Amino acid sequence: MELVFALVIGTLTSTGIYLLLRARTFPVVVGLTLLSYGVNLFLFSTGRLMSDGQPIIGGAETYSDPLPQALVLTAIVIGFAMTAFLVALALRSHADTDVDHVDGVRQQETTDEQVDRTENNQ
Amino acid sequence: MTNWLTAPILIPLLGGVLQIFMSYAPMQLRRTLALTTTILTLVAAIVLLGLADDGNYRMYAFGNWQPPFGIVLVLDRLAALMLTVTATLAVFCHIYALHKTDTQGPHFHTLFLFQLAGLNIAFLTGDLFNLFVAFEVLLIASYGLLLHGGGTARTVPGLHYVVLNLVGSALFLFSVGMIYSVTGTLNMADLALKVPELNSEDLPLVKIGGMLLLVVFGLKAAVLPLCFWLPRAYASATAPVAALFAVMTKVGIYAILRVYTLIFGDDAGDLANLGMELLFPAGLITLAVGVMGLLGSRTLKTMIAWQVIISVGTMLAAIGLNTPAGISAALFYLINTTWVVGGLFLLVDLVSNQRGSAGDKIVTAPKMRNRSLLGALFLLGAIAAIGLPPLSGFFAKLLILQAASPGVEMALLWSVILIGSFFTLIAYSHAGSIVFWRNSEGHIELDRKMTLPVTASVTALLALSVVIVALAGPISRYTDDTAAQLTNSAGYTKILEMPVLSEGKK
Repeated sequence: MELVFALVIGTLTSTGIYLLLRARTFPVVVGLTLLSYGVNLFLFSTGRLMSDGQPIIGGAETYSDPLPQALVLTAIVIGFAMTAFLVALALRSHADTDVDHVDGVRQQETTDEQVDRTENNQ
Repeated sequence: MTNWLTAPILIPLLGGVLQIFMSYAPMQLRRTLALTTTILTLVAAIVLLGLADDGNYRMYAFGNWQPPFGIVLVLDRLAALMLTVTATLAVFCHIYALHKTDTQGPHFHTLFLFQLAGLNIAFLTGDLFNLFVAFEVLLIASYGLLLHGGGTARTVPGLHYVVLNLVGSALFLFSVGMIYSVTGTLNMADLALKVPELNSEDLPLVKIGGMLLLVVFGLKAAVLPLCFWLPRAYASATAPVAALFAVMTKVGIYAILRVYTLIFGDDAGDLANLGMELLFPAGLITLAVGVMGLLGSRTLKTMIAWQVIISVGTMLAAIGLNTPAGISAALFYLINTTWVVGGLFLLVDLVSNQRGSAGDKIVTAPKMRNRSLLGALFLLGAIAAIGLPPLSGFFAKLLILQAASPGVEMALLWSVILIGSFFTLIAYSHAGSIVFWRNSEGHIELDRKMTLPVTASVTALLALSVVIVALAGPISRYTDDTAAQLTNSAGYTKILEMPVLSEGKK
């Protein structure tokens, strides 16, 4: 279980970081979401992985640490709110600048195409 | 008595919530209430400053859960100092914002007060995860404030700022998780006790966690490889927001001071002074790059934004000396730089309002209506920021220079700070002489005359530099005591033994 868990966290985090480094806002948003999934799973694992553990002492033979679950819950709520805000901001940026590039500028080749088009029109 | 610890958090929080429900109330009423809230926060901060000055730690446990099981607020000299510095800056920024900024969007006052609440939680909390929550509270308010008033110019830098800080939050959670997985606690006082007792197997995890935390705090404080988001974001924000943000980088500095003196301080066994050796070079390089940025700026706002980075570098270098004298000097410099940079941001806004389309660009423009007053204020601010006598910047830098012990460290610190100050002087005098002395023909139709409250708030904020000089004795005594309190982590861990319930309530 530990190996699978670690691999999942690793995959989520590395994919998230890869997508974060893209130049378009949409992959960045998805990347941040994946990264926060990775973080949440990681936080969850800090209470050690076990099955059949209750978060109450005395209810069962093994008990699991309830604190990481509370931390994950907080992190999920905050991460969700931040992602929603970021999506709204990315849409706003797209509406303001007409591109979804993170710097709000068209890449070089598109600018050239535009110039060509305007010249043709003239 | 310890219930008062919640005041600097609850006052702006309740005031902010109240503002949400007042969207359709008369503007004058909203403004009065909002400003009253900020002033009450300042009063609460000053009361706490008085309380903390006796050198005792005060603790408020939420829900009366005995620490380390519950979340606690802890008041000590450092927290009280940060509260007061922030609240003072906030009052003047708020007065300035009443002039026009708050009409550009519906919820300025709410965001402003929530920002203040978030900052105050960060300064008071004694719990690492709660510090993360505080960062999120202050950040989401700051996102709103940064974009306040809208416009394309603000969306793109805002997007960078949000994404960077979200990545920072993810890193923060990773490091909190690593530290918790080994120590089983997130209470800072408890961590300070647990970290020295770790066995050698568990050390690397906590070490990685600690270094990741340094990266996160470095991002908030805008230390060199992580500082390039700052000038664009700050230069695009409205003036009162940029001025309030002068304290945002100091939150990073505060967190570094708190975590690395308490949890990874001298008593931390194998992890003693973790990452401290990095702070000194990082601070000096940040300072040097900040000076280069300042020299290359084309607008006044960008200049002041780079000044923020310079001040972060100076403080970090002083903290990196890792002596009580260094920490004390850094705190003295912090008070000075927060207020002066805030005042300069406001002043630049006044200047650009009187220059028509030239705005805050460093180019010639027709003569400003209030040129002599604005010029004099700019001179005052620049002298305080550069660190020339007789204003407070000079004394702050002198204290930092004196804190260095003779040797390589001293040579590096003295040369970088002094050469840096020299180039800063060149940049400010170059910008000042173009903006204030070289005028082109013509005149500008003013759309905004300077009103008394606006002028008064800018003047007062810059004049605080003179006040710091007048009160240099008491202030440096306070920062000395703060540094002594910080370097002795045994006092902080005593809060774990404080009884939460008084006898009568049981």
